[in-house]
Formats: sequence, structure tokens, C-alpha cells
Amino acid sequence: MGLTVNNLIDWINNFSAKIEQNKQYLSDLDTAIGDGDHGFNMSRGMKAVSQKLSTKPETITDVFKQIAMTLISTVGGASGPLYGTAFLEMAKKSATSDDIGELLEAALTGIKKRGGAEPGDKTMVDVWSVLVPEIKAHNLTREKIDSAVAATKDLVAKKGRASYLGERSKGHIDPGSQSSGYLFEALLETEGIL
Amino acid sequence: MSLGITLVSHVSAIPTGLTKLLEQVAKDLSITTAGGTNEEDIGTSMDKVLQAFSDNKADEILAFYDLGSAKMNIELATEMTSKKIHLYDVAFIEGAYTAATLIEAGVNLTEIEKQLECLKIKK
Repeated sequence: MGLTVNNLIDWINNFSAKIEQNKQYLSDLDTAIGDGDHGFNMSRGMKAVSQKLSTKPETITDVFKQIAMTLISTVGGASGPLYGTAFLEMAKKSATSDDIGELLEAALTGIKKRGGAEPGDKTMVDVWSVLVPEIKAHNLTREKIDSAVAATKDLVAKKGRASYLGERSKGHIDPGSQSSGYLFEALLETEGIL
Repeated sequence: MSLGITLVSHVSAIPTGLTKLLEQVAKDLSITTAGGTNEEDIGTSMDKVLQAFSDNKADEILAFYDLGSAKMNIELATEMTSKKIHLYDVAFIEGAYTAATLIEAGVNLTEIEKQLECLKIKK
């Protein structure tokens, strides 16, 4: 199986639904250690994405590009440029590959470069760097997603707004990791991509 | 090649206020700003940064910012503009003030960057 315009849009709409369902929870996580807007920012961005994709683009590259540009323009917080960069890198990579593992790997490289975060910094990179290799190995499971997200709880933030809290950032799940968890859950549930 | 300054912040009143401070010492300098999101909420906007680059009269711009996402949006906009952008991880007010004073005095970029070096902070 491979990525098509149809299953890609299914994946993204499923992600959008999860964000909508959990926007209060995401913002609550962000209130504990950040600026409290992650859920609402992502909800605004993903609503705009779903709206944009209601006119179906012709290629997966165009789908990725439209998601990227919409998120960059509408999200507002740090997750705009970070998720935007992830989808922009997937757009670039999709010119030569429709393998979801390779695309997500390119996205992860872009996220690390844009935000300057490494694994252990309590950011979305923690979840992506654990799960992308699992996807490449065709081993993604719901349990692995949950445990990657939960593992950010005991870390001390080194990047992002939570880093200003230092040690006090411990004990809370990183909101960007949680929303990334939803992205991977949505991928797992979408027929025909993995 | 002329030098200009772009100020990027999460709140629009911050770079507007800072511009007043800089104009006091650098009347001829082109200073443009990008504050807040497209909806005027707290945050930064890549579109606004790109507009601030384009509105700046200079073709080479020194960019200063407050917090993390501002930097990322500056970097994204840098990839999309034809102007030459220099981004500094320095104390926002002190860095922009130093640069404005030195540009107005006709000091070259290498010398300005040397002065900015000691204002570097982890962001």
C-alpha cells in the first residue's frame, strides 16, 4: 500500500477531529507549563486545513504543501512554524517518495532544524524520534504512541516556553508531544497508509 | 547596500514601543515591525514578518526578536524573501538599540556584529 491523495486527506481529517475533540485538554496541558494556547491554536489551524482540503488537490505534494502553508499562516504559536515545516519537508520529499516512513523522517529532520530541539528536551521531537523508526519498521502500535507521549512527563524542558520554568516543568506531559501523539494515532487508524 | 532593522515580538505594542526608543537615536534608519498574530492575538505571524521585510527600505536587514516562535517565523520568512536577513539571538531591546545606534553612526556590519556578540543570550 502507499500514500494517495485520498488516504492522506483521510489521515489529516482524522487528526483534525482528534485536535477538535481534545483542544481543551491540549490547552490545559499548555497552561501548566506554557502559554495555554496550544489546543486552541491547533484547532484553528486544523479547521482551516480541513476547509482548504475540501477542494481536493491533485497530488500528494500539493496536499502536503497546502497543509504546510495553512498551518504556518493560521496557527500563531510555535506549533505553526514547527508543524508547518514538518509538512513542508514532506511536500519536498514527496517529489521522490511516497513511503510514509521516509516522508516522516524528512519531517523530523525539518522539525529538529527549525526548533533546534534534540531528544530529551521535552518537545514534540521526543515523540517523533521514538515513533518514526517504529513506522519505518512497520511496528507502530497504540501502546508505543501512548508510552512515547507519557515519557515526556518526567523530562525537564530545555526548549520552548516551558524551558523558562526549569525543574518545575517536570510532572506534566508536553503539549506538542500530545498533539503529535494524536497525529500518529490518526495515521495508525487510517486504512492503507502504513 | 543599506542596512535596516526588523523587530518581531509576540505583542504588537512591544516592537511599536521599541521603535520609538530606536528612532530617538536613529532618525534615518528604516525600522519595520511584526507583532502579534494575524488575528492580533499574542503570538507571531510569518506573514507579518515577511511583510515587515518587504516594507523595510533597506535591502539588508538585521532582525531582532523576543521569544522562540518569533525566531522560527523569522527563519521561515528568510527562506521566502529575496532580501538578505541577519538574525541575532541577543537581548531584544539592548541588541536592537546597539544595532540602531551603530547603523546610524555609519559603522559596518562586521563591527556591529562584534558589539552584538556580548549581548547573546540563550533563547
